[in-house]
Parts: sequence; C-alpha cells; structure tokens
Amino acid sequence: MATRLVEVQKLKKWFPIKGGVFSTTVASVKAVDEVSFFINQGETLSLVGESGSGKTTAGRTLLKLLQPTSGKIIYKGKDITKLTPNQMRPLRRNMQIMFQDPYGSLNPRMPVGDIIQEPLDVHGIGTRKERKQAVATMMETVGLRSEYEKRYPHEFSGGQRQRIGVARALIINPELLVLDEPISALDVSIQSQIINLLQELQQRLNLTYLFIAHDLAVVRHMSDRVAVMYLGKIVETAENDELFDHPLHPYTQALLSAVPVPDPEVKRERIILQGDIPSPVNPPSGCHFRTRCPYAMPVCKEQEPLAIEVAPGHTVACHLLTKK
Amino acid sequence: MDNREVLVDIKNLRTFFYTEDGVVPAVDGIDLTIHRGEVVGLVGESGCGKSVTALSIIRLIPNPPGKIIGGEIFFHGEDLLKKNEEDMRVIRGDKISMIFQEPMTSLNPVYTIGDQISEAITLHQKIDAAEAKKRTIEMIRLVGIPEPERRFSQYPHEMSGGMRQRVMIAMALSSNPDLLISDEATTALDVTIQAQILDLMRGLQKKLGMAILIITHNLAVVAEMAETIAIAYAGKIVENASAKEIFKSPRHPYTYGLLQSIPKFTEKKTNEPLPAIEGMVPSPYHMPKGCRFNPRCPFATEKCREEEPEILELTPGHLVRCFHPIES
Repeated sequence: MATRLVEVQKLKKWFPIKGGVFSTTVASVKAVDEVSFFINQGETLSLVGESGSGKTTAGRTLLKLLQPTSGKIIYKGKDITKLTPNQMRPLRRNMQIMFQDPYGSLNPRMPVGDIIQEPLDVHGIGTRKERKQAVATMMETVGLRSEYEKRYPHEFSGGQRQRIGVARALIINPELLVLDEPISALDVSIQSQIINLLQELQQRLNLTYLFIAHDLAVVRHMSDRVAVMYLGKIVETAENDELFDHPLHPYTQALLSAVPVPDPEVKRERIILQGDIPSPVNPPSGCHFRTRCPYAMPVCKEQEPLAIEVAPGHTVACHLLTKK
Repeated sequence: MDNREVLVDIKNLRTFFYTEDGVVPAVDGIDLTIHRGEVVGLVGESGCGKSVTALSIIRLIPNPPGKIIGGEIFFHGEDLLKKNEEDMRVIRGDKISMIFQEPMTSLNPVYTIGDQISEAITLHQKIDAAEAKKRTIEMIRLVGIPEPERRFSQYPHEMSGGMRQRVMIAMALSSNPDLLISDEATTALDVTIQAQILDLMRGLQKKLGMAILIITHNLAVVAEMAETIAIAYAGKIVENASAKEIFKSPRHPYTYGLLQSIPKFTEKKTNEPLPAIEGMVPSPYHMPKGCRFNPRCPFATEKCREEEPEILELTPGHLVRCFHPIES
C-alpha cells in the first residue's frame, strides 16, 4: 500500500489586486481555487495545464513558498498550513524545488560549488570538510565534473545549469522535489539527457516528484499520475495510462488532441478549442471551462461541477458525467 | 521529383558573424530549395543557423557584426544577394513575409492593430485610406479574429498571445506573398492555441497557395505541417527529404538520434531511459574538424574526424551529409 507523502485539501491561493486611493483590494486573481490532490511516496504526480492555469502557483503554495489563502497542506500526516517560517525551516530540508530558467535561477556571482553547497550551510549540516566532500559527490551524481566547482554559472550550458539546479536541490537529501518546467528551456537533444537524469535519481534516491509541465509527451513519459488544471481548478486526475487513453473531461480531451505528434502518417481527430483562456480575475460562473466547452449545457453556467470518482483513482469534475 | 516551379533556391549560403571573441560561422554552406506552394520545415536546435538562414533570405542580417559572405539565394530566378536595398524593400513584406516567435515585440505598442495592418497594405499597394481599411478588416476576418471592426481600433496589449500572432499573420499575408517565413511562430503559445494557429496557417496556405518555410525546433510541428524537411546542425544541412522519409527512415545519425530521444506521446509509460544524444552542440568558436557531428556520433570513425562529408543524394530526393549513413 502506497503511503501518502503530501496532500492538499481545497487549497486556495488568491492574489489581491490593489486599487483606489486607499489601496483597497478591488479584485483577486484566483490563481489556485480550491484544489485538492495528493502525492504518494516515491511517485511522480504531474500537474499539467496551459499558462495561467495556476500550476506553478499550486506547486509553490504546496511548499509554502506562498502562504495559502485557505485550505490545508498535510505533509506526512501533519498539517503544515499554519506553520511560521521558523517552524517550517526544519521541514524545508525535506522539500525542494527546481526552476525552469537555468539562467535566472543561479546567482551569477557565485561559483557553482558554493551554489550547490549553500543549502548545507543554511541548514548547518556537516563540517566544512564534509560539505566540500558532499558537493563533489553530488556533482558527479548529476553528471558534472567536480573540478568545475570553482567555475561560474555563465561558463556552463543550459543543460549543465539544470544539472547544477538538480544538485542544489538534492544535496540535503529531500523527500519531495517540485520540478517546475525543468526541461522546457532546453534544446531537444539536451532534454532527454535531463529527463533520464531525473528518472535515474528518482529510482536511486526514492524521491517523490511533483512535475509541473505543459509538454504532454514528457508528462506521459515521466508520470505515475496526472492532474489537469484549467483556470485555477483541477478538472481531471487519473493514473498515467488511464488519463492518456481514456480522458473524460472535455478540456483534457481537447488538450490531448491538440498535441502535435512527430509522425506525418498519423492523422488525428483534432478538437480545436475556440477562444482563449479567460482571465483568472473574473472566471466564468459555474464550470470555468464552459465558455470554450463544445458540450456546454445550461447547468454548467449555474453550478460548479464537483469532482466525482468515475473509476478507482480517476476523478473528473464535469456535469456531463453526472447528468446521465 | 517535384515538378512545381522552383520559388527559392539557396545555394551554398554562408553567413558569418564577426564578434570580438572571433568569427561565428552561423550558416556555413546551406542549400535549400522551396517550390511554389510548398511547405518546407527547417529544423534544428539553438545555434544551428536556422533563423540566420531566414534573415539572410530577407537580407535582414545586422551588419556589423553579421555578413553574408558567400552563396546565392535565387527567388523567382533572381539572386537576392545581388539586389540593392531599394529593390529588397519592395520584395520584403510584399513577395516575402515573415512572422516571428514573440508577437508582442514585433508589434508597435502605441499604434492600433488596424493602423499597423493598413500600414503594411498601403506600403506595397497604391490604394486610398478607405480602401486600405476595408482590406484590413477583411484580413482580420480572414485570420479568424472575431468582431474585426471592433478589433481594428484595439491596441496590441488588449489582445492575447494567440490573437497577436493572428494579427502578425494578417499583416504578413496582406500583400499576398509568394513565400511566408514562420520563425518559431507557435513556440511561445500554449498547445491549444498552437493548434489553432497551425490550423489557421494550414487553411490559409490551401486557400492562398503561398509557400511556407517553417523554422522550428519542434519535430512534431513540422511532422504535421511540412511536405519537405531539412535538418540543420551547426550551420549545415545534414539531411533533407520528404517528411515521410525523414520520420520513417532517417539516414543521418543526428536525425535518427533526435527522433529516438523525444518522448512519444502515444506510447505507454516505461521506466526505460530515453536514447539520448550524448554531449552538446559544439561552440561556434570551436567547430570540430571533419564532420561537425562527429564528437557526439556513435558511428564516427577516423575519416569523420578528419574529412568533412559532402551532402549526397542517396535515394531520389533524399539528401544526407554523412560518410556512414544509417541503412534505410
């Protein structure tokens, strides 16, 4: 039986928009709006969606890098929602994040050895000598030569910088790693190298991944389970094959059909969605997807669909499935 | 093979950049043929010279530091590299149009989109303002933007990324060009929006019959769009064939490696590692001797490290630059 490492319940993160003379809150960006999901120990849950769907905010709120507006975050059975930054610090050792931009996320004035060592310094782990040794070992683990520790980030290519990002995240032995679009800025031939590295490390170190991505081919390759977000809500969650082979939510179906396939002889039935994703400041009433949904019904405007479990582990939030 | 008229014929194009750190041979002997009404994909990773090729065609290479130092670019049988700036200006935006990755930086934020599209129209056609406005609204409608009359007086910031890219396409097609160059035009867009724009481009191509040169790093995009595909690596074309051939029987080890290394959306999850191409793209300041792919190539021999292979037609219409092509 799989153990749950982390779980969020009705997680909400709204960003206030200030305006007027007294700088009062005039509206809110509903980036994450009552989202619930869990991740089991050692598995990869992918959070997919288009820009503005709230996937990155969900990942950061999960780590409490952003304070949730409401909802609960439960880490290993313990509610960590209300913990202060000081109370969070010992837990931070167990949860790390790796970012998309290999250029913006490394301090250009620090040698990479120091960048990788910094988490050890912050958490006061080991003696100076032990830390140096740990950095050298970690660099080799992620496929960088340890002689390079004195070099600066600009001396490395994009793929190597992502390896530095992985090394920095893993040096303190975390359990949970949030991967926020870790390969989307890389060249095609380098992407597969980083994907392989992440998978190999996961097996070797028994890591749990929250993989945030928009490239669905990579998601299919990497994930155990997948959650699809649209405008701050999770519309569908299922096991990898179940989601890709039997998508049930109209948005998931459209999203999957829109992915171009690298085979000119495959002709796919394509659902072309009309229009753009609406603003998260003022999302449509009822179901957020109804303005672009080819099957929208009157009820979709009035009531928000609740997530129902249609098969073990496969939940969908859509009125089509309840109105039968 | 192709009995359509040749529209663009690039022969041994060489565009170098002279920087403080040395010479960058961004494009070093690229050959490419585009027929009338053909959709050609030029695919490669960053630094392979695909965008520089496009900018060379419309002669917009920033000089200095860049310079086209050799080759010929025939367009309708005339060498564009021999044209003066004035003639080029007439061709650019009229016979050849280009759309870019970032529509926000390609549009002027202080003019309405209507003004910007009609500017492109009046620049190349002698028509009055009222007629230009009529044509502009037609173009906005053609690219599938709802309420064209209202959109005419909107500014770029009032539109989403997908809408802006539609505006760019409207502007590019307003003069009914023979060639549309699309440089990573859908890369910055979300998949559902990308599908909309690709669908639009395909539809417009059928309707208007222009040739399209699609420049991208995304193999899936060219698989869906292009008839012919050229694969570029480190400033050279390494393989050129019909889309079917490229995907069914790639002959160059680089093409083969790329196709193997991308995760397949339609295949079930395995825990097997992807067959990755080792190493990385060579630095443009230190191009390897011999074949430029040899340091990363699993089949490289002594010959590959010493001599540079020529591009050869192995089977009709299938060109490969390799001493040891993969058996088909």
